[in-house]
Amino acid sequence: MTSKTSALDPARSFQGLLLTLQQFWAAQGCVILQPYDMEVGAGTFHPATTLRSLGPKHWNAAYVQPSRRPKDGRYGENPNRLQHYYQFQVILKPSPSNLQQLYLDSLAAIGVDMALHDIRFVEDDWESPTLGAWGLGWECWCDGMEVSQFTYFQQVAGVECAPISGELTYGLERLAMYVQGVENVYDLNFNGLEGAAKVTYGDVFKQAEQEYSRHNFEHADTAMLVQHFKDAEAECKALLAAGDQHERHTMALPAYDQCIKASHRFNLLDARGVISVTERQSYILRVRELAKACGQAWLKTAGGGAA
Amino acid sequence: MPDLLLELFSEEIPARMQANAAQDLQKLVTNALVDRGLTYEGAAAYVTPRRLTLNIVGLPARQSDQHEDIRGPRVGSPEQALAGFLKKAGLSSIDQAKIESDGKKGEIYIAHIHRAGKQTSDVLRDILPGIVRNFPWPRSMRWGDTIAYPESLRWVRPLHSIVCTFGPETEEPEIVDFEVGGITASNITYGHRFMAPAAIKVRRFGDYVAALEKAKVVLDPARRREIILTDAQTLAFAHGYELVEDEGLLNEVAGLVEWPVVLMGSFDAAFLDIPGEVVRATIRANQKCFVLRNPKTNKLAPAFILTANIEATDHGKAIAAGNSRVVRARLSDALYFWQTDQKPLPDYNPKRSLLDQRMDKSRQLNIVFHEKLGTQGERVDRIIALAQYIASLVGANPADAKRAAELCKADLITEVVGEFPEVQGLMGRRYAELQGEKPEVALAIEEHYKPQGPSDYVPKNPISIALALADKLDTLVGFWVIDEKPTGSKDPFALRRAALGVIRLVLENGLKINLSSPVRYALLKLLVSKIDYFYNAFDREYLPKERLIEAISFFGYLQEKSPFEYNYLNYDGFLKRFNPLLIKMMDEHWDVYESSIEVFAVGNNLLDWTVTEKLYDTVVPFGKRLNDDEVSRRYPELMELVTKTFESRANELTNLRIHPDKIPAESSFFEKYACAISSDLLTFFNERLKVYLREKGMRHDVLDAVISLEANDLLEIQNRAQALQVFLETDSGKNLLAAYKRAANILRAEEKKFPTEAASYALPGEVKYLHEPSEKALGAELHTSAYETSAAMRKNDFTAALNALAKLAQPAEAFFTDVMVNADDAALRLNRLRLLSNFRAQMHAAADFSKIAG
Repeated sequence: MTSKTSALDPARSFQGLLLTLQQFWAAQGCVILQPYDMEVGAGTFHPATTLRSLGPKHWNAAYVQPSRRPKDGRYGENPNRLQHYYQFQVILKPSPSNLQQLYLDSLAAIGVDMALHDIRFVEDDWESPTLGAWGLGWECWCDGMEVSQFTYFQQVAGVECAPISGELTYGLERLAMYVQGVENVYDLNFNGLEGAAKVTYGDVFKQAEQEYSRHNFEHADTAMLVQHFKDAEAECKALLAAGDQHERHTMALPAYDQCIKASHRFNLLDARGVISVTERQSYILRVRELAKACGQAWLKTAGGGAA
Repeated sequence: MPDLLLELFSEEIPARMQANAAQDLQKLVTNALVDRGLTYEGAAAYVTPRRLTLNIVGLPARQSDQHEDIRGPRVGSPEQALAGFLKKAGLSSIDQAKIESDGKKGEIYIAHIHRAGKQTSDVLRDILPGIVRNFPWPRSMRWGDTIAYPESLRWVRPLHSIVCTFGPETEEPEIVDFEVGGITASNITYGHRFMAPAAIKVRRFGDYVAALEKAKVVLDPARRREIILTDAQTLAFAHGYELVEDEGLLNEVAGLVEWPVVLMGSFDAAFLDIPGEVVRATIRANQKCFVLRNPKTNKLAPAFILTANIEATDHGKAIAAGNSRVVRARLSDALYFWQTDQKPLPDYNPKRSLLDQRMDKSRQLNIVFHEKLGTQGERVDRIIALAQYIASLVGANPADAKRAAELCKADLITEVVGEFPEVQGLMGRRYAELQGEKPEVALAIEEHYKPQGPSDYVPKNPISIALALADKLDTLVGFWVIDEKPTGSKDPFALRRAALGVIRLVLENGLKINLSSPVRYALLKLLVSKIDYFYNAFDREYLPKERLIEAISFFGYLQEKSPFEYNYLNYDGFLKRFNPLLIKMMDEHWDVYESSIEVFAVGNNLLDWTVTEKLYDTVVPFGKRLNDDEVSRRYPELMELVTKTFESRANELTNLRIHPDKIPAESSFFEKYACAISSDLLTFFNERLKVYLREKGMRHDVLDAVISLEANDLLEIQNRAQALQVFLETDSGKNLLAAYKRAANILRAEEKKFPTEAASYALPGEVKYLHEPSEKALGAELHTSAYETSAAMRKNDFTAALNALAKLAQPAEAFFTDVMVNADDAALRLNRLRLLSNFRAQMHAAADFSKIAG
């Protein structure tokens, strides 16, 4: 019988890994947030990263963000690819000078032994065309596998960052597969228990992967999605206009929600293969315009550092 | 003499930037020192993922003192003059200046300035912060609690510490404690991130390198490369394999580790069903590992070499296992791609071959080749036509060339190439073979990208040659038309490489081909295929609406004049292709639609009114018909309009691009435009040809002499250059050149003195004025050689032409010895100058000897 503590060993359970990272970063002074309650493509979209990285205020936060990438669905048949997965996101503003060491300490906390494993920082310039954002940093490799992304944000929503935020994004499934030593994501032990009590990642998510793949690739109503995109875009602009009080903005957050919504509708349309190359560019541009406007609005709020 | 040690310690520097950064650091610091009078004995820069290090040996301890005497005005000069002098000499009062006597001027003020040299360490304190701040990283960043650009310090990744020491070997060196961005230079560095992270106190380069080595850091990238290469070879050999060497990868891997530890991983042999290049690309691109081959079979082995950055406590077992697992996952993906590519696409015509389906998909998705040059599908259509045309010039089967062209870009749609762009072409060939295309067609699909550079191999298969030329010429012409030519060091579309490719394909296959016709043909295809673009972007910008009429007539004109494809567009085809555009024009320019129809007819030389009738029918909904009488009545007026508009506009634009002599006077504006583009491009080819042949050992001046605007036959240029270079080494060559130079000098002098008279030198001499025997002899020989030279040139026998010319050397020499060119008798003098001018002209008909040195 597995004891309760060892069930939460990050090398034994997916949830243990997640909890360990939360503990670790809480101890570093991060606010531990819960996932943002909207469909996003990556943890970066969470306003706790996108918006909070703008403006002069210091901010340290960590959270798990379920992320949806409709195009990556494989009907539950590919051992590595998922249309829904978890990212663990850390944002530290300003980036502390020992950020690399903190990251390595967090790996050690989840059981990666630096005397046995080869950790590498391999160049990876990050850019999000839809968010109008870019930064420099690395892919972090553990024995040749990319397990995290490490970025110093330089620009977000078209605005130069100052101070600079350091962003860490852990691919939780990959890390868990690594520390648990499994080859197939669906075989991950989710709760760290054995026998009848054991719950795998497949038990939790395989059906969802199959159903959402069908939805994303075959059944999502494209006409409706196009309309939703337009609606979200219009609503975003309307809220930006309504909340704009010259020196201040009173609705940056609700406006940004609509930007997130538009972005996800675009991802769904893209997965359905109905967006041509030229249209694709124009959709990305439209989302970016929204993101930029939301970033500008945020800078006129208290959270964005406006007096 | 003291040495300088400088280390900039940061977070991981991207591997691809390391080598340049080391060079830049060395150059910037040494230049700044030399500029301040501080020369050095030696300098070397090193780089690892975390540090940039510079070692300069043999610097002076201080700058030498500077003495300068500044002479001032005479004693008693006005106030203003004195003030100016004081300012220049940096004196506060005239009492500080000495008075000396100067021979002519009398008593003058003079200032003896003495500037003490600075300590070198102070000079370093001055220059280093600026060098760090302005370091030329390709991309740099800010970090932490920084303020916005441009005040804050930027580095490639966060900069953590700086070591800077200066001093002679015998003493404890001084710490050059300059400060930049909140970092103060010290004598402290750090070892390997994982194996020896503690601080290390250093003195100078010698103990620094030794301390780093002890702290598991190999400073010198060349040594890291050597360790990796040697260890990899040894490890491979120990397992009965052979390392597949890869210099680019070796450089990159050496830039990812401070302490290289070579290990071996393995994968399931079943993955070797995937083409070896794909296995290699997978392992190389994603994992930065080397592949191995079995020396017996020469095929890839199911194992690979990885380079770790640590000495693991389990001797690398976990690392090798982890890497193997990732490689396995990547190869599973690759296998999946490879298998998917061999299945038909579900939504496409099942009767079409796999590659045809991929091309159909490319067309259906309208995949863009270049924003201004249209889709990949349009480009392939042009290449199909061009490849067939070139096939007929190079002796390839046009039908096979067509087939290869149809499929040459299809693999860009495959999964494997989508994942690994570097195997484009190669995969096209594999898939073509699998679907049963002819071997030479399949080969051409792979080889049409060749040669990729000066050392890449040049295809020999005629179909490959035709397709490779078509692909490159379409690219070049396209970027020329949209004016994206290479400038200086910028050549984003690798057009120089494409031109070199054309040159090597032609010369190394000994192709007798005048480039101007395929270039013109490629241009024609492009203009026709992109007429909408030219209408929408180019034309509208540059041309008023009258010019739209010309556009239409131009394409009619091309149809008539295009010599190689008379029936390229039959009328129905033409109308089908251009109707939408025509209708759009009519719609937008209602007022000129009538004349546009008419001019179209005129431009096409359409005296056959039935065709015009057809055209009318197509635009009936947009306006009233003209009857024949009206057209006939207005014909002269329209003709004039055409001529006038074509002429004026054409002159404006073409003057920018081309010598007007090259353009037939009767050409239309668009004909001139086409001429200008192709002429400019051919000049570019000649420039690249010069570079290529110079590297092959041809003399600069010889190339200048044989390359001219008219020379478009690369092989002929090469042959002439070789013949001329050889000829100039012979005695008769030397003698001929000497005679030519003498004649040319005399003529140049006279032409300068008597510019009005000079024009008549070109006229033939007259026999009655030939007096002296040697001028008679020269006249006779000129007569013979003129005949022989031109006969030889007509047969393209350049050596024979040179030998015919060589016969002129002796009579010319005798002429110079015996005859006084500037005779008192004006008629005699003129005749002699004409004789020399004739001599010069004959030489120039073969090559421009004025360019030859010596």
